[in-house]
Amino acid sequence: MTSTIDSVRDDGTGVPVTASIVGKSPRELAWNRFRKDKFALFAVGVIAFYIFVALFAPIICSALGISPTRLDGQALNDYGLPDGPFGNISTSHLLGVEPGTGRDILARLLYGARVSLMVGFIATFLTTTIGVVLGVVAGYKRGKIDAVIGRMTDLTLAFPSFLLIIALTRPFTQRLESIGVPEGNPARLTYIVLVLSLFGWVYVARVVRGQTLSLREREFVEAARSCGAGNSHIIFKELLPNLWAPVIVIVSLSLPGYVSTEATLSFLGLGMIAPAASWGVMLGDSVKYYRADPTYLFIPGIALIVLVLAFNIVGDAVRDALDPKGDRQNLL
Amino acid sequence: MSSEIALQAVDLVKHFPTGSKGILGRPDKNVRAVDGVSFTLRKGKTLGIVGESGCGKSTLARVVTRLIEPTSGNVLLDGVDITKTSGKDLRRLRRQMQMIFQDPVSSLNPRHSVGQIIEMPLRVQGLLDEADSIKRVKELMQLVGLNPEHFNRYPHEFSGGQRQRIGIARSLALNPTVIIADEPVSALDVSVQAQILNLLERLQSDLGLSMIFIAHDLSVVRHIADDVAVMYLGKIVEIGPAQDVYSRPAHPYTKALLSAVPIHDPSERGGTGRIRLVGDVPSPIDPPSGCRFRTRCWKATDLCGAIEPPLQADASGRIVACHFPEETPVTIGKSPE
Repeated sequence: MTSTIDSVRDDGTGVPVTASIVGKSPRELAWNRFRKDKFALFAVGVIAFYIFVALFAPIICSALGISPTRLDGQALNDYGLPDGPFGNISTSHLLGVEPGTGRDILARLLYGARVSLMVGFIATFLTTTIGVVLGVVAGYKRGKIDAVIGRMTDLTLAFPSFLLIIALTRPFTQRLESIGVPEGNPARLTYIVLVLSLFGWVYVARVVRGQTLSLREREFVEAARSCGAGNSHIIFKELLPNLWAPVIVIVSLSLPGYVSTEATLSFLGLGMIAPAASWGVMLGDSVKYYRADPTYLFIPGIALIVLVLAFNIVGDAVRDALDPKGDRQNLL
Repeated sequence: MSSEIALQAVDLVKHFPTGSKGILGRPDKNVRAVDGVSFTLRKGKTLGIVGESGCGKSTLARVVTRLIEPTSGNVLLDGVDITKTSGKDLRRLRRQMQMIFQDPVSSLNPRHSVGQIIEMPLRVQGLLDEADSIKRVKELMQLVGLNPEHFNRYPHEFSGGQRQRIGIARSLALNPTVIIADEPVSALDVSVQAQILNLLERLQSDLGLSMIFIAHDLSVVRHIADDVAVMYLGKIVEIGPAQDVYSRPAHPYTKALLSAVPIHDPSERGGTGRIRLVGDVPSPIDPPSGCRFRTRCWKATDLCGAIEPPLQADASGRIVACHFPEETPVTIGKSPE
């Protein structure tokens, strides 16, 4: 009557031992599917590498004797450009130096990774938290609350977010500084993270609301209710375990978006500003020197592309692992 | 209240507002899913509720268990009016009445193991004693014919019939006295249906359960029910002991349903053959005046359109809602001469 095979084997003592196949939870099944995608595993390794070097940037820099802020005029020629090919790559500057300032590019790359990953993770965490909470509340409670959250969603989507981000940069960062956030780049970083979250929760909320709406009609929710389950049991024990799959997909695909957005803002001069190390700042700076020193453009550019690509590959693989038939229904 | 009665429904009504009117879209119509249903469930017996799709059976099941709030009416569970209780008292009452659901796929949470699913009622009611819960889960699994060692497995690893057994085990976790089974075998293969029906019968006799069995398959209900109620468009049109209803149906609708039951040798079908009803089921938003069945009934008269026949005993003692109840006895598959 069972659907699995119980195999009988002999453990050597002449007594047959029944070994039954252990059942796997949906999470284990998804993980096994994910593991089979070698490309995705490699991408995970790449991301892990980035996280590692970002975390240990100060240690790595002091070990290599480089610094993201020290000006090295000797590596530059009379025109202020790097005194060798490929931005003057040498043993003391493994990835060359910046034109104009002579700062070590590798060091700035490592510290830039910190910024990018920090913005990416924090913005993703905030948007996911806000989006899940609002999405579940809207989908579960329905009625007026759903209508209010729905209007909030529509309003947020209707705003030209980019224009707003640009317009509010100065007043917002000044306000943050006045309430005690350290001046300059920390305030600007805080502003970026806050404003990205302000606009980003909407996408998460919409998906979560949709899933919640369909889940609450399922008979297992009715079964819990008929046993006297209250709202908190239903939301936390019955609904949320079925929601993490779509949420993980959203998370893994929105991270690269926030990393790119921070780089874009810094490139435009709206995010971090020099002498802070951020890939966007480096990219913005590199445009001036493109003819004379193209390496300065490519290095942070490639670093950014590789990270975003790795996140996207992992995100796709996560979605495939959770939903092998390619049929949206099976995410639940 | 007599100690012989496990559950009593009194004039249950459930209307769903629908339609929209005006700028704000206020609903102005009602889907009259359940429109005045009363029945009695005797202790230790099974009441079968039959009717075609859309007649309100599933809504009735949910109203009786208060999964859906009734628009009006009362449900008396062992003498207590559950429509008037709330909060902690309602929670405690829920232990006595449990439901078995129709769909073996969506009635089990795919993220929970079988053990978690079966112990959920205990957890919700605060009766969960960690040490004993596994024992209780295994007990229940054994009771319904599942291998108790499989409590750590997940629903997707089981077949439809096994999943239904899991659902049955869950419904028994709180030791209820009343089980409401909403089409528990409709989604299963015929051979598996028989197994589950036998299981339900055995559980009923072993545990002394009173059961409401909702189905659209008449032969299934005949097998398991002591009493039968026939529903049409939100109302009960006939109710009585199963034997009587099947052999001497009073309501024309019951007769038509019975004549539609397939028999293995159609040439044996005597009399006027199969009764085919003309027309579609009317909309529950706007049911016909008077007797709701009159638009499809072959002997409808003006009286049927003017006055709605009450559900009451006719001359021969059968409880039916018809102005002209059927007279001739009939056996399944054969139409009267």
